[in-house]
Amino acid sequence: MSKGLYLYPKWIRLWHITNAVLFLILIVTGISLQFSGQDEPFVLVSFKTAVSWHNGAAFFLTLSYVVFVIGNSVTGNIRHYRNNSSTYIQDLLKQFNYYRRDMFRGEPHPFPVTEESKFNPLQRFSYVLAMYAGMPLLIISGILLFYPGMLPRNIFGVSGLLITDLVHIATGFLLSIFMVIHIYTCTLGSKPTTLFKSMVDGYHHDDH
Amino acid sequence: MKTLKNRGLIVLILLAVYPFNSQLLGIAPDDSLVVKWKDINVFYDDNERCLICHGEEYYTLSDTVAGVSQIRNMFQDYFVNREDYYDGVHKSFSCTDCHSSDFIRFPHDVATRLEPRYACIDCHGYDENYAHLNFEEIEVEYNNSTHASVENFSCWKCHDPHSYKLFASEVADVGELVLYDNNMCLACHANFTEFRLLTDREEINVVSKHEWLPNQVLHFESVRCIECHTQISDSILVAHMVLPKDQAVKNCTECHSANSRLMSTLYKFESKEKRGNGFFNSIILNRSYVIGASRNIYLGYLSLLIFLGVLSVIGIHIFFRVIKAKRK
Repeated sequence: MSKGLYLYPKWIRLWHITNAVLFLILIVTGISLQFSGQDEPFVLVSFKTAVSWHNGAAFFLTLSYVVFVIGNSVTGNIRHYRNNSSTYIQDLLKQFNYYRRDMFRGEPHPFPVTEESKFNPLQRFSYVLAMYAGMPLLIISGILLFYPGMLPRNIFGVSGLLITDLVHIATGFLLSIFMVIHIYTCTLGSKPTTLFKSMVDGYHHDDH
Repeated sequence: MKTLKNRGLIVLILLAVYPFNSQLLGIAPDDSLVVKWKDINVFYDDNERCLICHGEEYYTLSDTVAGVSQIRNMFQDYFVNREDYYDGVHKSFSCTDCHSSDFIRFPHDVATRLEPRYACIDCHGYDENYAHLNFEEIEVEYNNSTHASVENFSCWKCHDPHSYKLFASEVADVGELVLYDNNMCLACHANFTEFRLLTDREEINVVSKHEWLPNQVLHFESVRCIECHTQISDSILVAHMVLPKDQAVKNCTECHSANSRLMSTLYKFESKEKRGNGFFNSIILNRSYVIGASRNIYLGYLSLLIFLGVLSVIGIHIFFRVIKAKRK
C-alpha cells in the first residue's frame, strides 16, 4: 500500500515541531507576564521564570524562523506559499464555503492536495500572513522590547515602549488565534488524526 | 586695646580673602542674573558676604603680613551655587536665617562650624502653610528608617537646602524625577568617600548588588531606589521610611501587576489626576510602560471576545461534524 505523497521533508517537520513547542512556551509565559500578579487567574508561571523562559524561547524561535526562511528559499518549498491563481478571491471563498457548508454535504475537496500545491487557498493565505507578516512583526517588536534603548522614548506623546508592546501583544495574540484555528483545521482530515500523522512521517495520507 | 587689635586683624584677613578672579575663569554671574536674584532675594548683598567665597569654586587665601597668597579650591560641601540657590525653595532666605552670624569671622571658629543645624521639621513642622506636605509624618517615617540609626545623619545628607526644589509633585517628566531622586541616594551609596563619613560598612557596589534585576539599566532609569527600598506611605508625597536591605522589595509582581506598587509611589502624583481616564489603563500613564501593569482593559475584553468567538465557531463546527458522522 502506497504511503501517499511525500510532502513534508525532515527539515520542515523538525522546524514545525520546534516552532510549535517554542510558540507554546511563549504563549504560556507571555500570558503570565501580561497578567502578572499574585491573584491573577491566567498566571501559570512566576514572573521571574516567565521572563527568562520567554526570552530564551524567543531567541530560539528567532533562530528557527531564520532557518525556515532560508530553508524555504533554498529548497523551493516557498513555491507553495506563492499564489499564481488569477481567481484568488473566488478560490478563497470556495475554500471557505467548503469548510462552512460543502464538507457537511459530502462534496469533494475543491483544491485537492498535489505535489505542486500542498496548501489550499485559505491555508496559503493564512500561512503567508502568519509567517511573512506576523512572525517578522512579532520578532522585531520582541527584539525592540528586549533592547528598549533602541526605541524612541515618545511617539506622538505616547511611550515608544508602550506602542511596541501593544504591537507585540496584539501580533502574539493574533498568531495564537491562528495556531488554535490551525490545530483545529488539522483535525479535518479523513480522520481527526490523519493530518497530524503527516507531520510525523512526512506523507500526506488523505485522498484529497 | 587688644580686642581692637584683634578686630583689625580679622578685618585685614577678611579683606585678604577674596574670590579668585572669577571673570578670568568665565564664571562671573551675568549682570541680568544679579538683577534677577536681587529681585528674588532682598538679602542678596548680605548673602554675597558669604558667597564671595562659598559661591566660588576657587578662592584666594592671602597672608597680607607675610605677603603670601594662594589659590585654593572651595571644598565641595561648602560650595553654594548661586543659580541653584536662587532657584531653590529657600531662595528668598538670608544665609543668617539658618546660619550663625558668627560666621562673619574668618577663619570661622570651630564652635561656630559645629553649630547644630536645623532640620526640616524645625521650620516646617506644625505650620499650617506646610500642612499639605505633612512634615510631621516625614519626621516619624525618618525616625523609623535605617538612616535615623546612622550617627550624624540628617535631612541635609539627602536634601541640600541650598538647592532643594519641590520636584516630585511638579516635574512633568518622570525620567527627570527618577534621575533627580536616584542621584540623592547614589551621592552616598555609589560614592564611598561620602559613604565612609557616615558608616564603617564596606563599600557597596550598587550594580553587582542588583545583578538579579533583569534589564538593570532600564530599571535604574525608570524607577527610583525608594520604590523598592522604602515602605509605601499614603499620607506623604514621598516615602521616607528607608527599610533595611533585607526588607527591600525583590518580588517582581509588586510592581509588575495590575495593582502595581508604583501607583502608590512613582506615579502617585500623575495617577491621582489621570487615573481611570486614559485609554492605556488606569494604572500606568501614556508616557510610561511597565510589563504586567500597562494593561488596557478594552483590549483585554476585545481579545477575550475574539478568543471566545473563535472557540464558539470551532464548537459549532465540531457539533455539525458530529451530527454528520452520526447520520452516516
